[in-house]
Amino acid sequence: MKVKLKIWRQENAEAKGSFQTYTFDKVAPEMSFLEMMDAFNTQLITEGKEPVAFDHDCREGICGACSMYINGHPHGPVSGITTCHLSMRHFKDGETITVEPWRAKAFPVIKDLIVDRSAFDQIQIAGGFISMNVGGAPEANSIPVKVKNADEAFDSSVCIGCGACVAACKNASAMLFVSAKVSQFALLPQGRVEAKERVEKMVAKMDDLGFGNCTNTYACEAECPKDISITNIARMNREFFSAKVS
Amino acid sequence: MSKKYYSSLTKKYIMSFLGLFLMTFLLVHLSINLLLIVDDSRELFNEAAHFMGTNIFIQVFQWVLFSAFAVHILVGVILQIQNWMARPKGYARRVGAEESIFSRYMIYTGAIIFIFLVIHLADFFANKMIGDVPEITSGNLAGMEDMGLLVMEKFKMGGYVLFYVIIFLFLGFHLDHAFQSAFQSLGLNHPKYTPFIKGLGHFMAIVLTVGFISIPIIIYFFK
Repeated sequence: MKVKLKIWRQENAEAKGSFQTYTFDKVAPEMSFLEMMDAFNTQLITEGKEPVAFDHDCREGICGACSMYINGHPHGPVSGITTCHLSMRHFKDGETITVEPWRAKAFPVIKDLIVDRSAFDQIQIAGGFISMNVGGAPEANSIPVKVKNADEAFDSSVCIGCGACVAACKNASAMLFVSAKVSQFALLPQGRVEAKERVEKMVAKMDDLGFGNCTNTYACEAECPKDISITNIARMNREFFSAKVS
Repeated sequence: MSKKYYSSLTKKYIMSFLGLFLMTFLLVHLSINLLLIVDDSRELFNEAAHFMGTNIFIQVFQWVLFSAFAVHILVGVILQIQNWMARPKGYARRVGAEESIFSRYMIYTGAIIFIFLVIHLADFFANKMIGDVPEITSGNLAGMEDMGLLVMEKFKMGGYVLFYVIIFLFLGFHLDHAFQSAFQSLGLNHPKYTPFIKGLGHFMAIVLTVGFISIPIIIYFFK
């Protein structure tokens, strides 16, 4: 396979950056997108050129590190998967593939396709935790949890914090991420204790960091590699309202 | 109204609540307008117009309505500016995954409705102020303003009818996304009821649009 790669190149955070177009013909259809990028970088290095910087870690779809905006979609055109799981067989021979970094004020570009996503860490630090005394692990079954709640909390907790929701949203809103993190605690008895402070602090931090507002277009849900539901956003809105009025 | 004092979610609550309130106003407005179609003598419409123009409760309440419009527009603009600022540099290639096309253009459909609102109110109040409204000559309402005739005359002008129809199509686009979106923003999402709310939203948008548009078309062609 041969592809034309139109990749965003940016020296560093301060540089202006621009698209560079390359032709790469050592593509096998069974390669993952990241393996293709590795092979392409090897070629660049052989030619004495600067390789393309991109984020990656586990390559198993669970770490949330890979983050490319490929052909107009975060994590590429196939739904429900991360870039590391995206296979080159989804592209045509000779196709031009546009690769861009996440675009959001709160996610500034560090280099090429790598953006600084520590804004998500800051939101988590603001309230995405439960407080408990240290010591031996308590008996797991001493607090009853409804199976339905446990299942829903688990569904929310599978958010890997990759930022695809922000990248997909026309407003660069982080609501899907924040609401998933609010929900995974709000649904469980251990998380209820600090539920009010948590939602208020996490929303305030999200606003401070310059993420956009939700206009319910549901693009985030459609593009999320972990299929996080927008029912989480409604739950966060309810949590926020009850925190404010009670 | 900086976001320090009003969080993103508070603003969304305000938008949703006022939006739903304004939709109920549209339903009332439409039902009064439809009186022009069902009653050729214009008596029912004029009576309703007279009631709306003189009843003290309505007179006070109209300021609540004006404020609702003003706040809905102001908060909408603030949210939009923040949304634009949240992505200073856009994508070279973007395939929008939005559920509905109308959800992408709320600020623009809203702006079109706002322009109409200004023209509509200026028109209405200018006519009232100048006293350029014909009087009813006979029947129970003799001596009162014939607002119905004023509307009929407007809707006999082809250009105005076309303008009105186009504007209300945009109102329909705005409402199509607005209704279910308001429920989502208010936190009302439920596996059982949300599909119904989405359906009701499309239905309301169609009823309001077709309802408002039908009036000038019927008057222009058949009255």
